[in-house]
This record gives sequence, structure tokens and C-alpha cells, in this order.
Amino acid sequence: MLYKYFKKSIALFTFLIIWELLPASGIISKTFLSPPSEVFQALVKLIISGELWIHTSISLQRAFTGFALAVITMIPLGFLMGWYRAFEEISDGLIQAMRQVSSLSLFPVFLLFFGIGEISKIAVIFWGAQWPLLLNTINGVKSVDLLLIKSARSMGSNDISIFRKVILPSSIPSLFIGLRLSATHSILVLVAAEMIGATSGLGYSIKNWEFNFMIPEMYAAIVVLAVLGLITNYSLVWIEKKTVKWKEEI
Amino acid sequence: MIKVKAEGIIKEFPNKSGGGKSVAIGGIDLDIMDREFFAIVGPSGCGKSTFLEIVAGLIKPTSGSIYIDGARITGPDHNRGIVFQGYALFPWRTVKGNVAYGLEEKGVPVFEIEKICRDYISLVGLSGFENHYPHELSGGMKQRVAIARALAYNPDILLMDEPFAALDAQTREILQTEVLRIWNETKKTVLFVTHNIEEAVFLADRIAVMSGRPGVIKKIIEVQLSRPRHEEQRLRQDFMKLRHDVGMLVREEANVI
Repeated sequence: MLYKYFKKSIALFTFLIIWELLPASGIISKTFLSPPSEVFQALVKLIISGELWIHTSISLQRAFTGFALAVITMIPLGFLMGWYRAFEEISDGLIQAMRQVSSLSLFPVFLLFFGIGEISKIAVIFWGAQWPLLLNTINGVKSVDLLLIKSARSMGSNDISIFRKVILPSSIPSLFIGLRLSATHSILVLVAAEMIGATSGLGYSIKNWEFNFMIPEMYAAIVVLAVLGLITNYSLVWIEKKTVKWKEEI
Repeated sequence: MIKVKAEGIIKEFPNKSGGGKSVAIGGIDLDIMDREFFAIVGPSGCGKSTFLEIVAGLIKPTSGSIYIDGARITGPDHNRGIVFQGYALFPWRTVKGNVAYGLEEKGVPVFEIEKICRDYISLVGLSGFENHYPHELSGGMKQRVAIARALAYNPDILLMDEPFAALDAQTREILQTEVLRIWNETKKTVLFVTHNIEEAVFLADRIAVMSGRPGVIKKIIEVQLSRPRHEEQRLRQDFMKLRHDVGMLVREEANVI
């Protein structure tokens, strides 16, 4: 167990050491690349002053609201579209076209409609987060083993029962792929949106600190974002493992 | 007493390419007696599995009817249990959960389900594996679970669609003996579809040989071997002669296709 963690961290530590040495040896100017030791100091300062929490909490709020809205609307919609073929056949063309519309290209449109406030940012995150959820849910429903449906029908299951006891559990693995992609997407869109049109949040801070030449602070914010991404992904993987106990380990 | 009666069963499928339709089953009339072990053999693609699914109520025939105890069927019901070649176990349910499925759908109270599951899991020889998931079981064990699941809600008729085709020869022979034991203990009527002639001869009271395209029953053969059947019978003259005769009938058909 300990050995496993050791193996996993070798590359990470090597990376940190090279990162520390590059600016220290003067190969790369300290003005552009702050060494991890300084980034860490900046991070501690930002934590103590409470500034980091202000930006992180507002960012999390935006990302989570957009993501949650996508989850509650797109998962049910995905089930509907996967289950009723006719519904999907009608809407497929529209969906394929719409999902090609880049989230960020729509941000000015959302700004126009909703102003610079929270709604425009949540809307653009929602837009980016919805597609992986919708498409993976549809895919999960459509890839259910027809033999299982046949088998359930032979044991007297009606449509509702088949949906609840066959379609739903069998689409859960695909659903989790959608959740993870969509969560990653939420953070990505969040940062870009905050850089373009916000006065708070981690995305705004990265741009703002770069602008004011607070380079260690800028790197600290980037690190925080990476850690947030890691935490999100691993918690979803953990929930998936708890939910999908029955799946064969690959 | 007649348990299952098939009357003028015809099944046509629309052709995938272009118009027209192909006839999968071209008129089957058949009586299966109560507690009979009835096998259908035929070359692949002769429509034997389609016929079994019509009896199960999973497919509607183009014309004709199936009667069970004299009543015309309209769909699947709890008087029939079905075992598929591909096991069709729910991977997210344990052995016990799978066996419980039909009972839940039938509306059996929870405290009874527990006991019935235990009995049927024990009947197929899987006691101790109640909480295993299907992916932790071998093919033979999976098919035992599928048999327990199909029997648990106590249907009169067990429909088996090439249940042992995916198993290795040894496991297949063991399960054939097991099926005979279970059939003897539970007193079900069995309709068993297979392309394995030896299997049909070893198991059945009567064997229907089907010819393909369109599928019709060419001949019904009475198996006069003594019961209970034993492994050693496979080596006896009368067994081998019967296997040969049925084999010849099937082979003629295979050549046509």
C-alpha cells in the first residue's frame, strides 16, 4: 500500500524538483516561472488573508450550480430520449448541431441576455456541462442488453418495471462517465468565463494577478484549480465504485 | 393431458433489404403433454428458437395460437419460465437477487421470497453462493442460477433455448443430468430447444425434428430409453442407434440450407 503511493508520487516529486530548479538556476526567469516554494508561500498568505476562500467559494458556487442544473435536467431528458426512439430521432439533428456550438462562443450572448451577473456564468457552465450528461445517458439506455429486457419480460415485468429494474441500473456506468466528463467541463468553462467576464473567482484571480505581476499568486490559483479538479474526479470515482459494486474489475 | 397446444403457428419477418418477407415458421401444429420432456432439434436458422419465444409469449405469431391448459396465451406469464443460452442474468443483482426477480414481479411477499430463493438455490446446487455476483461465477454456475430463477416463481412449463450450447462438453453433460434430476423433482413440463442431437436423445421423451426455411416439424420421434437416464446409457446400442437416426434426419435438412 505504502509502496503503491510511493510509486505514484515519484513522477510528481521529480516534476516539483525540476520546477524548483529551473528558475533557481536561471534557465527560466523567475519573473515568468515562480518556484513551488514561493508559490506555496503565496498560497499560505492567500489562505491566511482569506482572499483564496472568497474566490474559491464563489467559483465553486458557480461551477456547482451550473453542473447541478445540468444533472437535474439532462439525466431525465437523456432517459426519455434513449427510451423513446421517436423522441430521439426527431431531436437528434438539433442536438448534434447545438453541441457543436462552443460554450465560450455563446458567453457574449449570455452576457447580452443576462448581464454581467451570476446568471450568465451559470448559464454558460450549464451549456458546457449538459452535453456529456445528455449523450452518455442516452448511450447508457440504448446500450442495454436486449436479452435482459427479454428475460425481464418473460418474468412478467411491465414497461415501468423494466425501466426501473433493468434500464436504470444498466445505464449507471455510462451515467458516471457523463458525470465525470461534465464535472471536468464545468470547471474548464468556469475558468474561461471568469477570465472574460467576472470580478471575482479563481479564473478572474489568475488573470488579475498576472495583470498585476503577482506571479506566485497566479500560480497558486492555478494549483488550487488543479486540486479542485482532482478532488471532484476522485470523489466521483469513489461514488461510482460504491454504486457499481457488481462490475467486473478490469 | 395436453399442456401446451400449438395450432397453425406461422411467423413471417419483413426482409431487411427491400420489400417482401421471409417465412421463419411455416405452420406448426404440436401437442406437448403435461410433465413431458419435449425437445426440438434442427439446423441453425430453422426457426426453433423463434417457436420457443412464441410459446413464451415474447413474440407474436403472424397467425395461429398457443394454448396452455386450453387457454389461449396473449403474452408472457408466470406459468412459463425461460432459460436462455446467454444466461441473461442481471449483472447488478447477486445470485439471490436474480432468483428473486420473478418473485418480486409476481408480488410474492418479501419474507417468503427469502425462503423460496434459498430452496431453489439449493435445488440447483449453489448454496453458499447466494451473495455472489454473476461475473464471479463460471458459465455452468450462471446457467444454474438462470434455471433457479426460471423455476423460483413456480411456472408449470420450463422453456429452455439452447441452454448449454455455450458450455464446455463436460459441464454440459453434468448439467444435462442435473436438469433431468430437477425435472424429476419439480414435475415440470419442459420444452427444450437444441441443435445438439445427443443432448436431445439423452433428455427427451419425444424429439421433434424441424426443417428450415420455412420451419416446419418434419417428424416427431418417441425416445424409448428407460428412465431415470444414466450417463452409461450414452454408450448403449439403442442410444447410439437413436442418435444416428435423428442425426440423419437433421443432416438432410442442414444440406437443404
